[in-house]
Amino acid sequence: MKAVANYIKSLFLFELLKGLNLTMRYLWEKKITIQYPDEKTPQSYRFRGRHALRRYPNGEERCIACKLCEAVCPALAITIEASEREDGTRRTTRYEIDLTKCIFCGFCEESCPVDSIVETRVFEYHGEQRGDLLMTKEKLLAAGDELEEQLAADRALDAPYR
Amino acid sequence: MEALYYLLLTLVKILIIVIPLMLCVAYLTYAERKIIGFMQVRLGPNRVNLSIIPIIGRIRGFGQPIADAVKLMFKEIMIPSNADRFLFVIAPVLAMAPALAAWAVIPFADGLVLSDINAGLLYILAMSSIGVYGVIVAGWASNSKYALLGSLRSAAQIISYEIAMGFALVGVLMAAGSLNLGEIVSAQQGNFLHWFWLPLLPLFLVYLISGVAETNRAPFDVAEGESEIVGFHVEYSGMLFAVFFLAEYANMILISALTTLMFMGGWLSPFEGIPVLEPLFAWVPGIFWFLAKVSSVLFFFLWIRATFPRYRYDQIMRLGWKVFIPITLVWILVLGVLILMKLPPWFA
Repeated sequence: MKAVANYIKSLFLFELLKGLNLTMRYLWEKKITIQYPDEKTPQSYRFRGRHALRRYPNGEERCIACKLCEAVCPALAITIEASEREDGTRRTTRYEIDLTKCIFCGFCEESCPVDSIVETRVFEYHGEQRGDLLMTKEKLLAAGDELEEQLAADRALDAPYR
Repeated sequence: MEALYYLLLTLVKILIIVIPLMLCVAYLTYAERKIIGFMQVRLGPNRVNLSIIPIIGRIRGFGQPIADAVKLMFKEIMIPSNADRFLFVIAPVLAMAPALAAWAVIPFADGLVLSDINAGLLYILAMSSIGVYGVIVAGWASNSKYALLGSLRSAAQIISYEIAMGFALVGVLMAAGSLNLGEIVSAQQGNFLHWFWLPLLPLFLVYLISGVAETNRAPFDVAEGESEIVGFHVEYSGMLFAVFFLAEYANMILISALTTLMFMGGWLSPFEGIPVLEPLFAWVPGIFWFLAKVSSVLFFFLWIRATFPRYRYDQIMRLGWKVFIPITLVWILVLGVLILMKLPPWFA
C-alpha cells in the first residue's frame, strides 16, 4: 500500500512541487546580502584585526619585553629583541609581527601581562610593497597611539569577563 | 529585381527577429542571475547600471550583460595544440545557428511569421536535431579525451530526450491535425481550458522536462557540472565559449516558444469566450500574450534551476528511456481514443 502511495507521489512529482513552492516563497523574502563597502556588519569589541602596541597614559610604552607573546604565538609571527634602557628598565629594541604569518588567534593579546600588544578592529588594510605587511615596532606603536581611545573602550567593555 | 527585393525584405525581417532575440538572450542571463539570486535570498548583480538612460537606468545591474559581453570579447581564445582548428571554431556556430534558424517558422501572432510553411513542425524537429552536432564536433575537435567523453555524454542525453520530445510532438500533431505551427495554434481556439495542455497534460509535462534536458539545463546540466564531471566545452575559452553559452539560452527561449505554441495556445488570449474578461482584454495584441507565455515558461526554467539538485547521469538516462518514453507512448494511444470519441471541447 505504502509502495503504491510512494509510486503515485513520485509520478506526480509531489516532492518536486514542494521544493518549487519553497523557492517561490524565498523569491519574495527580504534579501540578507550585506553590500560590503557600502554596508558593514556590526563588529564585536572582541574583534581581532591588525595589531597595535599600547602605551600608558603618561606616554610610557607598556611592553616590558617578557616575550610571552613570542612564546605563545602558534604561527611564529612575532620576533622580539630586548635590552636594558638607560633608566635601567627592560624594553624591546625590536618588536615585529609578520602579518603574512599571523593567523589572528589573539593568543598574544591574551598572554600579555600588561595589555600592551592588542588586536585592533582594523581589518581593511593592504600592502603595496614587500615589507608593508611586516609590522615593525614603530608601526605598531603608531597604530596604538592612533586607536588608543577605541582600544581602551573595548578593553573596558571586556573587563568584567577577564 | 523582384527576386532581389524579396531577398532584401526577407533579410530585414530576419534582422527584425534576430536582433531582439539576441537582446533577449543577453537579458535572459541577467534575469537568470537576478531570479536565482532572489530565490537564494541574495541580491544578484546590481552594480553595473546604465544610469545615462532615463527609466532603464534605475534598474540596478541592468548593464551587467553588456559588461559581460565586453569582458568575454576581450578574453583570449585559446585553441589547444593538435585541435582541429576549423571544426573547433565552427562547433559553437553549429550549436548556435539551429537555435536561431528555427525561429523562421515561429508565429509571433496571427500571420506574423517569417515563413509560413506547412511542414513547420518537421522543420523544428530537424533544426533541434542539428544542434547535437555542435556538441559532438566541439568534443571531437578539442583533441581532449575529457571533452570527447563529455560530448558523447551530452549527445547521448540530447538524443535520448529528443525521442520523448518527438513523441510529445506526435501527440500535438494528432490533436491539431496539422504540422503548420499557425494552424496548431488556431486549433486551440477558445479560453485557456481549450488549449492543448489539458488534454495532453502528460505530454505537456514530458515536453517541458525534456526541453530542460535537451537544452542541457539544470537539473540535467551534467555538461557543466564543474565540481563533479567534465563537459564537452572544457577546452573552450573567451568568445567561443560565450557562443556555446548563448546557444544554450537561445535554445531555452526556443523551447519556451514552442511550448507556448503547441500547448499554451500561442498568441491566443486566455480569456476568449469568457463573458466579462474577454471584452476587458480584447485590446491586448496577440504578440503580447505570446511573449507573456514565453516569459512564464522561461521563468519556470530558471525556477527549477534554483530549486533542484543536479541529476546523476544514469538517472537522467533512466528518466528519459524508462519513464518518459513509456508515458508518451501510452498517452498517444489514449489520445487516439479521445480523438475518435470526438471529446469536446478539444476534438469536437
